[in-house]
Amino acid sequence: MPDRIVPHFQEELEQLKTRLLEMGGLAEDRVRAAVKGLVQRDAPGIDRVLAGDGPINQLHIEIDSRCFKLLALHQPMAVDLRSIVAAVKINTDLERVGDLAINIAEAARRYMRHPPVKELIDLPRMAEIAQRMLRNALDAFVRRDIELAHGVLNEDDTLDALKTQVFRELLTYMLQDPHTIEPSLDLILISRHLERIGDHATNVAEDVIFMVSAKDVRHHAGEVGA
Amino acid sequence: MSPGSPSVQTTPPPLTVTVRPQSPQAVDHPVSIDVQGLNFFYGAKRALENISIRIPAKLVTAFIGPSGCGKSTFLRTLNRMNDIIAGTRVEGRVLIDGDDVYGPGTDVVALRRRVGMVFQKSNPFPKSIFENVAYGLRINGLAASRADLNGRVEESLRQAAIWDEVKDRLHDSANALSGGQQQRLCIARALAVKPDIVLMDEPASALDPIATQRIEELIYQLKTQYTIVIVTHNMQQAARVSDRTAFFWLGRLIEHGPTDRIFTNPAEKLTEDYVTGRFG
Repeated sequence: MPDRIVPHFQEELEQLKTRLLEMGGLAEDRVRAAVKGLVQRDAPGIDRVLAGDGPINQLHIEIDSRCFKLLALHQPMAVDLRSIVAAVKINTDLERVGDLAINIAEAARRYMRHPPVKELIDLPRMAEIAQRMLRNALDAFVRRDIELAHGVLNEDDTLDALKTQVFRELLTYMLQDPHTIEPSLDLILISRHLERIGDHATNVAEDVIFMVSAKDVRHHAGEVGA
Repeated sequence: MSPGSPSVQTTPPPLTVTVRPQSPQAVDHPVSIDVQGLNFFYGAKRALENISIRIPAKLVTAFIGPSGCGKSTFLRTLNRMNDIIAGTRVEGRVLIDGDDVYGPGTDVVALRRRVGMVFQKSNPFPKSIFENVAYGLRINGLAASRADLNGRVEESLRQAAIWDEVKDRLHDSANALSGGQQQRLCIARALAVKPDIVLMDEPASALDPIATQRIEELIYQLKTQYTIVIVTHNMQQAARVSDRTAFFWLGRLIEHGPTDRIFTNPAEKLTEDYVTGRFG
């Protein structure tokens, strides 16, 4: 046995981070699958998304339990304490992203009962941005990369602008033809879900910035880019 | 559930305690120490009242509680160290691997080899580092040859995570070591005679935080091979290092169970008052 023993607390912290990344990956995959099912009008694909949220829910419970135990049993300080509190919050945001994937799938299923309103361009674009924001936020968490986290915050405006654009465009369709109202409303809903996913990615990025720098930049309290 | 009387021929199934380590699955550990209705008296004064607890093997069990609650006294009943104090009396049973250590005909010396002890103030012999560990091996005839002795001394020092620090000065005096090193030497000394159980009475309370952390990590590693019972007045230490925790108060065992449950959701209000620091 080597004389130098790695504290088992550090090992458990690493395991927690691994679990969080796993959950992030699952959330991202489910959003991607829901949007793909929408674009390709793939009913079985949508059904799979609707049926498959077991693993992510289980991880949600497990991660909270791990955080709770680490706090109770190890009295972490400084960056370790901030990391675990960040993990609790990120866990919540990721679980919501998983729920939003389901919401998107449900809206997609309703949408598919009608003929397509238009070719879907902006929604997949929003989905790509939202997924990238989430992926970057989680990468920032792993690499403790504040710049990457700030980059996520900056992309939020693009997503908001696209959401408005989607709404305005669908409004013209709805005004022209009342038959398109019901499916258009589902598309608008999906754009809001995707914009919410971007918000959750932003939350994760803010938590990463706090974890690394102890600066609370929520509600624009910190200096962006500092 | 107590073992059958001598006239019954059937062997009762081994006692187990269901333990939940960090993983979600419950694991059954055999019982190492089974205490049944223990009462302990210093003269007329009862210091321990009706203690019953099953301590599982190859895990760390911590005894916590305020000063004077009896946890150290209880620890010492497990290897009969209280015998050396005049006027003490024990009622009840302490079964280690099925044998009552207070039964007639118990070899107390052999007991204290099987159930080793580490004390708050490290107490190395006034000998060399090597001799501190070799002494127990020699007088118990546990080494077949000089080479065997050397090997076992090295093994014990490695197990106590101190080999690299002392391997080039094994024949220096043990008193030349720092407090933390002396304590690890005492652990090596206890481990040399291959105990089943190691009792530790506040092993780190005389040490600085870094030395304390090393001892705590050592304890965490040792439990794969030994049953460890540790008394500590530092409940954060109990939280960090133990799998099961027993809370004592005024000579009584109030509650015991998995450490994570005791510190996150204890069943007894008294326990909760203690771990949250509400005790006046």
